[in-house]
Amino acid sequence: MMPYAFDLKNVTKHFGSVNALNGVSLHSEENKVFALLGPNGAGKTTIVRILSTLLEPSSGTALVHGLDVQKQPKEVRKIIGLAGQYAAVDEFQTGFENILMVGLLYGLKRSEARKRTEQLIERLDLADAANRPVRTYSGGMRRRLDLGASLVGQPKILFLDEPTTGLDPASRQGMWQIVHELIDQGTSILLTTQYLEEADELADSIAVVNEGKVIAKGTSNQLKSRLGNDMIEFKLNRLDDLAKAKEAVSSIAKSPADFNKDTLVMRVPVNNGSKDLMKLVERLNQARLDVEELSLHRPSLDDVFLALTGNVTHTDTPIKVNHKGVG
Amino acid sequence: MGWLRLLRDTWVMTLRNLRRYVRLPQLLFFSSVQPIMFLLLFNYVFGGALGSSVRIPGIKYIDFLLPGILVQMVMFGGVQTGIGLADDMGKGIIDRFRSLPMTRVAVVAGRTFADALRNLVVIGIMIAVGYLLGFRFNSAVDALGMVLMALLFGYALSWVFAFIGMIAKDSETAQLASFVFIFPLTFASGVFVPIQTMPSWLQVFVRNQPVTFIADAARALALGINEHGAIWKTIIWVVGLLIVFVPLAMWQYKRRAS
Repeated sequence: MMPYAFDLKNVTKHFGSVNALNGVSLHSEENKVFALLGPNGAGKTTIVRILSTLLEPSSGTALVHGLDVQKQPKEVRKIIGLAGQYAAVDEFQTGFENILMVGLLYGLKRSEARKRTEQLIERLDLADAANRPVRTYSGGMRRRLDLGASLVGQPKILFLDEPTTGLDPASRQGMWQIVHELIDQGTSILLTTQYLEEADELADSIAVVNEGKVIAKGTSNQLKSRLGNDMIEFKLNRLDDLAKAKEAVSSIAKSPADFNKDTLVMRVPVNNGSKDLMKLVERLNQARLDVEELSLHRPSLDDVFLALTGNVTHTDTPIKVNHKGVG
Repeated sequence: MGWLRLLRDTWVMTLRNLRRYVRLPQLLFFSSVQPIMFLLLFNYVFGGALGSSVRIPGIKYIDFLLPGILVQMVMFGGVQTGIGLADDMGKGIIDRFRSLPMTRVAVVAGRTFADALRNLVVIGIMIAVGYLLGFRFNSAVDALGMVLMALLFGYALSWVFAFIGMIAKDSETAQLASFVFIFPLTFASGVFVPIQTMPSWLQVFVRNQPVTFIADAARALALGINEHGAIWKTIIWVVGLLIVFVPLAMWQYKRRAS
């Protein structure tokens, strides 16, 4: 049997009196993308740091491709790549020098390290900036360079710690594009994120983490069915249109639509937000029904937590925010 | 295999640290300006008053001063090692290094080696300025011996400051903590004035602290004075500092980075 890409068995981690992880058990198949979803301070980064040999668990075992991170850390380091929100790149070196340095430190021959660096620079769209010091780079470019550095050793498993946190929408799309290409090549990936949308976009399986515990796991669809649905909202012009509107949504709604007589707002739970939205527009046109403020709502991390714990996330009061944080 | 890998990783990290001086030339510029200022200041401002205290026939104050200033310079240069490492430890880059299958000691060894190479450049500049001020070596072999002695002492000190830098929470603290050690050691020493001019209670400390031996050894080599005792003491200090502080710095690196 193939070993799991990673396998955590009842892992705990204490920092003094703070329990960052309270018994986490998770595993993922090879060549799959696994997402850890949770707010700041949930324990996502601690899990990544344990799997990448930066932290030792207080108890439990953590395996990467069957190798124990505590007993065989050197072997583990040969097969992992780590990239994250803190963009671990050297300001005074150029982009090229950064990736080349990491390639050499993986133990690659100089010629091989150069070849791979050139390929990665090209692929990550950094060719124009390759010979500029990194301190002139934008946030998005730094993240791509950081990702490049983590790929130069051709790792069997890639850890992406909040790869798009703090990026603008265009840079985020660019990052997703690159991750999709990696997925197509069959790289095992463990990714952490605060965005349900990101986990949904990229991951085969998702574990929702809160306060050092896994509170739900499953595929994106499985979780969504527990979490509530995509919701289409629109406002009628007149109360008289209600019957027509109900008919128009009847074949699209996943469960009965909700209507507020005072505000004239109709909320329609659907399975597939964007496709169903287009269908609904078509139906409304056929029925010659004018509506206002048509919009699509997808469940956010707050909705996930509301559904799973009955509490909203504590994103306003992160426990600790630095690169060694509990996050 | 393991040794080869250590050397290679150390060289990769040395290049990384040297690039900082290439990309920020002002860093190298100011590393040299400060000791040159000290040289000019002591030679011209205090030299007149201090020079008469040097009672060695045929020796000008600049001949006495330059070897001492070089020792002071490598001490101040060592502080940079600590600051640089404190800076790295506070950034994500150290996680990158720790997650790589590289030789761990290379992160610190590369830094200390890069700083030794920088010291070599600054020593060259200082000697050139010294020559303009009238300094002369006794012989080329002695000159080589003096440069080597200053470099080795600087290298050993780099490991001391590496340890201090990694204990400190950030680079500012590392700098402040280092200067607490450096100031009394450089000024209460035989670097700037002959020890006989100091009060007798202070002489006890000054005669027995390493900076004095090393300044004496550097001076002895530069001027061709027979002073084997100071040279041997310096070598013992260099070896001793390395034996104690290389493992301490590595221990602190592993501890701090987890």
